[in-house]
This record gives sequence, structure tokens and C-alpha cells, in this order.
Amino acid sequence: MKKEGTIIKITGPVVLAENMRGSRIYELVMVGKEQLIGEIIELERDTATIQVYEETSGVTPGEPVTRTGMPLSVELGPGLLGQIYDGIQRPLTKIMDLVGDYIERGIQVPALDRERRWEFTPEVSVGDVVGQGDILGVVPETKTLIHRVLVPPGLSGKVREIAAKGTYTVEETIAKLDAEEGAVVGIQMLQRWPVREARPYGKKLEPNVPLITGQRVIDTFFPIAKGGTAAVPGPFGSGKTVVQQQLAKWVNAEIIVYVGCGERGNEMADVLREFPALEDPTTGEPLMNRTVLIANTSNMPVAAREASVYTGITIAEYYRDMGYDVALMADSTSRWAEAMREISGRLEEMPGEEGYPAYLASRLADFYERSGRIITTGREERMGSVSVIGAVSPPGGDFSEPVTQNTLRIVKVFWALDADLANKRHFPAINWLESYSLYTDAVSDWWHEQAGDDWGEMRGEMMTLLQKESELQEIVQLVGADVLPEHDKLVLLAAEILKESFLIQNAFHAVDTYCRPVKQYGIMKILLTFYGLASDAIAKGVPVEKIMAMPVRVKLARIAVIPDAEYEGRFEEIKKNMEDEFRSLVPA
Amino acid sequence: MISKNREYATVTKVSGPLIVVEGVSGVAYGEVTEITMPSGEKRRGQVLEARSNLAVVQVFGGTKDLDTDVTSIRFTGETLKISLSEEILGRILDGAANPIDGGNPVIPERVLDIHGYSINPYAREFPQDFIETGISTIDGMNTLVRGQKLPIFSGAGLPHNRLAAQITKQAKVLGKEEEFAVVFAAMGITHEEANFFIKDFRDTGALERSVIFLNLADDPVIERFITPRLALTTAEFLAFEKEMHVLVILTDMTNYCEALREIAAAREEVPGRRGYPGYMYTDLASIYERAGRIKDKKGSITQMPILTMPDDDITHPIPDLTGYITEGQVVLSRDLHRKGIYPPIDVLPCLSRLMQGGIGKGRTREDHPDVNDQLYSAYAEGRKLQSLVAVVGEEGLSDTDKKYLEFADRFESIFVNQGTGTRRSIEETLAIAWDLLSMLPESELKRIDTEFIRKYRPHLKEGSIE
Repeated sequence: MKKEGTIIKITGPVVLAENMRGSRIYELVMVGKEQLIGEIIELERDTATIQVYEETSGVTPGEPVTRTGMPLSVELGPGLLGQIYDGIQRPLTKIMDLVGDYIERGIQVPALDRERRWEFTPEVSVGDVVGQGDILGVVPETKTLIHRVLVPPGLSGKVREIAAKGTYTVEETIAKLDAEEGAVVGIQMLQRWPVREARPYGKKLEPNVPLITGQRVIDTFFPIAKGGTAAVPGPFGSGKTVVQQQLAKWVNAEIIVYVGCGERGNEMADVLREFPALEDPTTGEPLMNRTVLIANTSNMPVAAREASVYTGITIAEYYRDMGYDVALMADSTSRWAEAMREISGRLEEMPGEEGYPAYLASRLADFYERSGRIITTGREERMGSVSVIGAVSPPGGDFSEPVTQNTLRIVKVFWALDADLANKRHFPAINWLESYSLYTDAVSDWWHEQAGDDWGEMRGEMMTLLQKESELQEIVQLVGADVLPEHDKLVLLAAEILKESFLIQNAFHAVDTYCRPVKQYGIMKILLTFYGLASDAIAKGVPVEKIMAMPVRVKLARIAVIPDAEYEGRFEEIKKNMEDEFRSLVPA
Repeated sequence: MISKNREYATVTKVSGPLIVVEGVSGVAYGEVTEITMPSGEKRRGQVLEARSNLAVVQVFGGTKDLDTDVTSIRFTGETLKISLSEEILGRILDGAANPIDGGNPVIPERVLDIHGYSINPYAREFPQDFIETGISTIDGMNTLVRGQKLPIFSGAGLPHNRLAAQITKQAKVLGKEEEFAVVFAAMGITHEEANFFIKDFRDTGALERSVIFLNLADDPVIERFITPRLALTTAEFLAFEKEMHVLVILTDMTNYCEALREIAAAREEVPGRRGYPGYMYTDLASIYERAGRIKDKKGSITQMPILTMPDDDITHPIPDLTGYITEGQVVLSRDLHRKGIYPPIDVLPCLSRLMQGGIGKGRTREDHPDVNDQLYSAYAEGRKLQSLVAVVGEEGLSDTDKKYLEFADRFESIFVNQGTGTRRSIEETLAIAWDLLSMLPESELKRIDTEFIRKYRPHLKEGSIE
């Protein structure tokens, strides 16, 4: 069988080659004399359509296409953490060492360091029978993360040889199995997995543990669960990227995979500058040590952008299989969808809505379905999860467009970003009336246990208040606020305070950037106490103006920036001030 | 790439800006061609589709007077390149980099591919050096930093050119005397507009540190496709090989996008939103992303593209896709312009994404981030009340509300309005901001740290409201 075809046509990232009989769809190929990386996306008789992951200028018909016989895969093993890769998992640090500041074409660098030696400790003995997902041994990948080397999916047998405790490179064989039918299979720490295929797991679980983000409006009002899916759509400038980065910094997952898909180069530079300097709130280690970055910026080849989200989720699944909680941020899934549209256009496929291919919905669904909280394969059952948070960039901020709509049909949490709020510098600009979370009930038990029994009740009360305020605002727009009855005026005031002290959160403030769940609960409680006391005062004839002028309001406005160490005492003090002030307003 | 020259007289189709050549062999995708017209005149083109025996070529000079008989085409085996040396400073070139100032062609020190390569994100240095433009609404509320791309979203008839020229004249980095080199690329603007810039650059002495590329309204449309790329390759050369800080002005990106649509339509591609090609985002990114800083390199590229929003609509695909790529935007408002306010910058839809890194303690002043937040929320509140008052009148307003209303008015007439000749330092800008904020009761300044209020609020200052 001939392993080489010939190029007959080039238009941008799409190349047609003939004499490709025997090749498979999604097979990885090397295109042209420069051996550019490409993937077969369509086959007709012996002609293959190839999407090329690098710039194709200068490629000429007649040049060869070499087949690899393998689908597009990622390399998995110790050494992924702290790395920054492009969309097809080429390490950008190594590329810089090799060719300098610009990414040239035809560079092939292995994703995992072949030289580095890792401390391996075996956990099985010769003669043990092992199956897929069983732990062969462990490697301390960072100070706090134990990398578990597993039997690859689809493999089982009796351990024939196992490496002794010591240091090994990722390519050295650390175990040999007597597999079925007398075959002997060697296993290395370096394993490969095709990116477009979900990795197997044991069983999916109900996502009922919240993924704590430290962002008040998210954790309290629109929580996401471990293994859940969320979408953040918003027009440009509404703060999608800041929300994504805040989550990447503060969520209580063990591993973060951050996919910069078709976005700005300077944003990735920002992450690379900040993450090594920030501390992981749970382990105290630099955040970069728990992070894998996939950076395929908007000016990098469009086909690699299409692949980048798959590269990211495959890495996420790999750590999930070890029994870890992984959170994946994809910024932005719209750019991924546009990459699909661009390729589809070049293939002259029949376009669906707004030029997107008809398979847009199914691709989105396939991607988000790779999330979940699961029991892994393997004898010793581990629990792991992949939570997926996708940013969506709707054209003109119009949520009725296909990517937003198809995403909303799949995800369970919707954080709608609002340009009006962003213009007022109300950040995070998550619109509290439009957003929703379908995990609220599932995670309420956790909150009741960790914070207080009245969490659900108070949350409901705050939501009702905000809802009421928006109704009143409509009336105010027509007739002004002064005609409202006193109690309605109080609703407006209370909602205002709620926005100032709770919903607005300053990502760039040293304290406010992360708010612990108990503190969120504490603030909520104080605000509702205020509202309760104020309602009583109004009922006793105190006018709203007097309440508005209360000195304690200034303290409430700054309540969120009280440092964690002193908040309990200070909250108590504010509460006391508040009660005293109300007592002096209301004549006994 | 095949280096030998191959010439064909087998043009079989001329359609819009494209020609189809048959019977060719070994044509590379992206290759530059030289087309000889029946009159003997030569034009350049580039291969858009390469097949075994056929090539589709876009002709940069337009296809007027081409035929399918005598016209011949030579494939050069090269991709599009530009010759560069430091001597290019002070020159005026056409949209395809031919000198039009009467001087000789630039003697090349380097010949560079105009498409460039993508900067490795790992090699980027995060931009953090505050550029003082002297414009309060930009310095105070939408701070520009070196290496940022910050477009001006404007509309037909608004003074975006004047603003761009003023920024070019006034921009400097605090505490440093280095001046910016300017690369100016005109795409489809009128002679009058181009002359305005050239005259302004000449008057202020900026011309000798500028490179000017002019593709004017009556120049070939297809040439617009390469003009910004020529300009950015020049900027990269000056910034990263000659260690200069370069300010790139691209005007008008709307005309560039129209050119893109024209080519897409001629190629009978599946159109995206409003007829613009589906890859417009990627294409614009390949221009805008060529801004920034690189680790261990002294120079920088700061981009200020200008675009006119069709019908002042910020959701139109051109501003929309631009806003998704650039690091913020400066938006001009027709309302403010009508009120006679210059620069008519409407701060509410404006944004600078790189602002947080460039301001605050040790960069501008410690209170700057808080003051900025407070100005935004107070002005937004004032504007909200303005629209409310338009419906229900002022009677129902509280005293505080009335102060907000007055704040919004004075914000526009004092802070925003500064005139073309005024250059305000960041200290002056912040002083004006504090003056305005002192109109509001202290309890309303919730976004500002109490310590800064003590330190900077001009208590009982003459002329303040309280």
C-alpha cells in the first residue's frame, strides 16, 4: 500500500490530494515538502480533503502528502502541567527556543519532554492481574499533585515486569503485561489518545457538589457543580475573559485546562505573567503548577483553532481518569465554531443557519458531553470530574444567534453578560434576571451543611428582591420614584445596596477578588438583616430618606473588602452599629 | 518553492478583481504574479487558489483593460515582500509601497514577507507602559499602554481624524523623552483627509519619523488588501529590528473590509453576516494581532485603527469583529459632537482592556483605578437620570439625584471637552476628576478607598457644590 499521495489543489487551509486510497477519515498527514501537519476531513474515492494546521503559502500542486496511519492525537503523561501548547499540542516554550519569537512552519516538537526523568514508584507487583484504569505506579508531578500512571484504556493482563522505584523518562517502558493470546505489551508513562474521541469512564454521577469559584454572584446565585457545564455569552467588552480568568484562578479544582481559542495574544501573555505569581488557594503552590494552557490565538492557523478545544478536553479527561477534579475554560467557543464555518465554507458544504455548518449543534453537544462527574474505570474506584465553562461571543451581543442558542440547549448554567452593566462598570456584568443555573437545588445541601440552614431561603429572598426591583424600575421609568409608596422605595434602596455590596465584585482588588463561601453567606445575612430592620422601621413610619442617610450604609458598601482574617468580628460590629442606628431612628 | 519564472498567456476568465489562468504547472498558493496587460503596463497579483493546471489570481491594480487574449502572466515564485531599511522613515508611498514623493525607491537592508508569522504568545511581553495622550477621557478612563491595539470607532462626519492626529502629536511615555515613530496607512480615504494628516505631520515635525502608505479612494480597491500588511511589516521592522516605539494608524478599516467583501463575492464564496466573508474575523485578527511587545526587545507596536461605523451601528460586523479582537475601543458620539464637545468621546461604551496593568501606584497614581471606577458609575447614574428626567421631569428627584444630574453635565462640558490644542497631564486629568467628584456627597464615593478620599478630595474647595 502506497503511503504517499499528491497535492492537486490548495485554497487557504484546505488542500486536496489524490492517490490517497486506503487512508481514513481524521487521519493525520504531513503536507508538502515542508511536512505541514494536516488532518483528513473528507474522502471521495482516492481523493482526500485535508485541513492543514499551518499556513499554506508557497505549497504547490504536485508536492507529496505523507500518511501517518494515525488519527490526530495528544501526548499524555507527566510534564503536562505548567506547559503552554498551541492548538495541536506543540509546546510554545520549546518552539521559542528553537526558532525565536515568531512561530514558523513545519516545526515538529514533541509535547512532552523526552529527556526529563520522573520519580516513579510502582504500586503493583509481578503476577498481579490488572485492567484498564488500574494504577501501575505514581509520579510526583508537582509538589502537591500525584500523577497516577494508569493501564491505558482497552488493555488488561497479568503484570510480567514492573519497573523498580527510580527515575525514568516518559519513553522508557515501566511495565510489561501478558495480555490476551500470549501477547506481551509494554507500557510507558507516555500514552497517546485521539483527541476527537472521549476517553472511557466507569459511570456518570449526579453533579451535586458545587465548584466553588469565590465569585459571589456565581456561587450564591448561579452556581456550577463539579462536572457541570456553563456558558458565558456576552458582547465584546462585557468581561467574558475576566470571568474566565477569575474562574481559572480561584475554582477549587485540582487541575485547570485553559483553552485560549482564537483570542488575543496579549491575554495569554497576561495569564503567563500572572499565574506563576499567584497562589493556588487550596495548596499554596503557584497557580501555574496546576494549569495547562492551550493558546491558539486569533492570528494562529484557523484549523488548529478548530482542534484546540479537543486537545484541551482530552488532557482534562486524562487527569479526570486519575481521580481529579478538572475545570476546563474555553475562551471562546464562538471562535471555534467560526473555524468550523470557515473550513466548511472552503469545502463548499451546504451551509446551515448564518453560514455555520449543519453539524454545528452536534459538535457542540459532543464537546460539552465530555464533561461530567464520574467514577473512573479501574478496580479501585476513583471519583473525578471535568467541568466545562465555555465563553460565547455572539455577534452584536445578540443571543439569538446559532452558537449561543445551540450552546444553551446543552449547558446547565447560563451567565448572561450584559453590556449595560459593563458600561456602568458593574462587574462581573452577569445579569441576574436573565441568567440561570439548573444546579441550584442539587448543590443546596452542600451549602446548608457548610454555611447555614437558611441559605436557600435567604438566596430566594434576595432573588425576589431583585425581581421586585426590576418591576418597580419599569414604573419609575414612567412616573418617577416619588410616587411610590415608602415600602417600594425601600425595595429600590435594598436592591441598590445588594448590587453594591454583593453582586459587584472587583477582580483586581487583592481581597475582593476571591470571596469564601462562608463570607458570601455572612454578607448575605447582614444585608437581609438590614432589609428586615428597615422594613420594620418603615412600618413604624420612618421615611426612606432617613434610612438612606444612615452612616452604616457606607460600611455596608465596603463590606466585601474586609480581609478574611478579621471579617467575623467586623461583620458582628457592623451588625451592632446597624441595630443601634435603627434603634435611634425608631422612637420606642 | 519553485524559483524559475514561468510566463503564460492563457488567461481564460476575467471576473471582478480575479483572473483564471489555465494550463499552468507548479504554481504555489500565495505566489506573487506579474501581469502584462495588452498595453504593456504591468500589474501585480497573488494566487488565491492553486490547482494542478489552473490558478485563480487576484489582481492588485484591478482588472480594468485586461483581456483573455494577449494578457500574459508571469509567476515569480515569490510571496509578497517589501524592501525595508531605516531610510524608509520620512517617506510617502502608495498602497503597494511604491514611492510617490518623488524620491528613489528604498535601498533594501531587509526584504520581508508582508504576511509575517504569528508572534509566539509565549514570546509576548505583557504591555504595561502607560502612554500619556493628553486626552482626559483616554488617559483617565481608557488608558492606552505601549503595545496595545485600541481602535477609534467613529461615524461619518465625526472628528476622528483630528483626534488621531492630536494623539499622534501628544503621545508620550511618562518620564521618557523617546518619541514614537509613526506608520500611517490610508485605505480608501479621500485626498483631502490624507492631506490633512500629511500637513499635520509636517507642521508638528512628525513627518520625518513617519512612514506613510496611501491607498486613496480612487486607487484600486484590491490594493487595500495589502496596504495594512505592508504598513505592519514596516512597523515590525522598525520596532523589533530597529528598537523603535511605533504607533500605527490604520484608516479606514471599514474600507478595508469592503474590499474583503468584494473579493469574496467575486470568488462566489458562501457569505457570512451581511455579505462579509465568514473568515473576516481571522483576516482582521491577522492585522490587529500584529501589535504588541516581545520579551527582551526594546521596541513596541501600538495600533490605533480607525473605522467608521456604518449608520453609527456598533453591532455592524466591522466594529463588532474588531471589538472582539482589539484591546478595547474609543467610541465617538454624534450627540456630544452636536453639543460642540471635542473630543466627542462617549466614555460609557469605551473600554481599554489593558488599563489595569498600566495604571495605579508606581505607574500613574495610586487613586487612579478607584477614581476611574467612580467616574464611570457616577456618570452612568447621571445619564440614567437624564433619560428619566426627559420623561417625568425633575420634580420627583432627590437632592442627591440632582447632584448626579449636574455631575453628568459638568463631566461632559469640563472633563470630556478639552479642545484640540489642550494637552492635559495625568495629574491635571485626575485633579479635574476630583473637582467633579467633590460635587457629590462623600457617602456617594463608594468605589473609592476611604484613604484616597482623605488624601485627594479637595475639601470645601472654592466653587464646589457643598
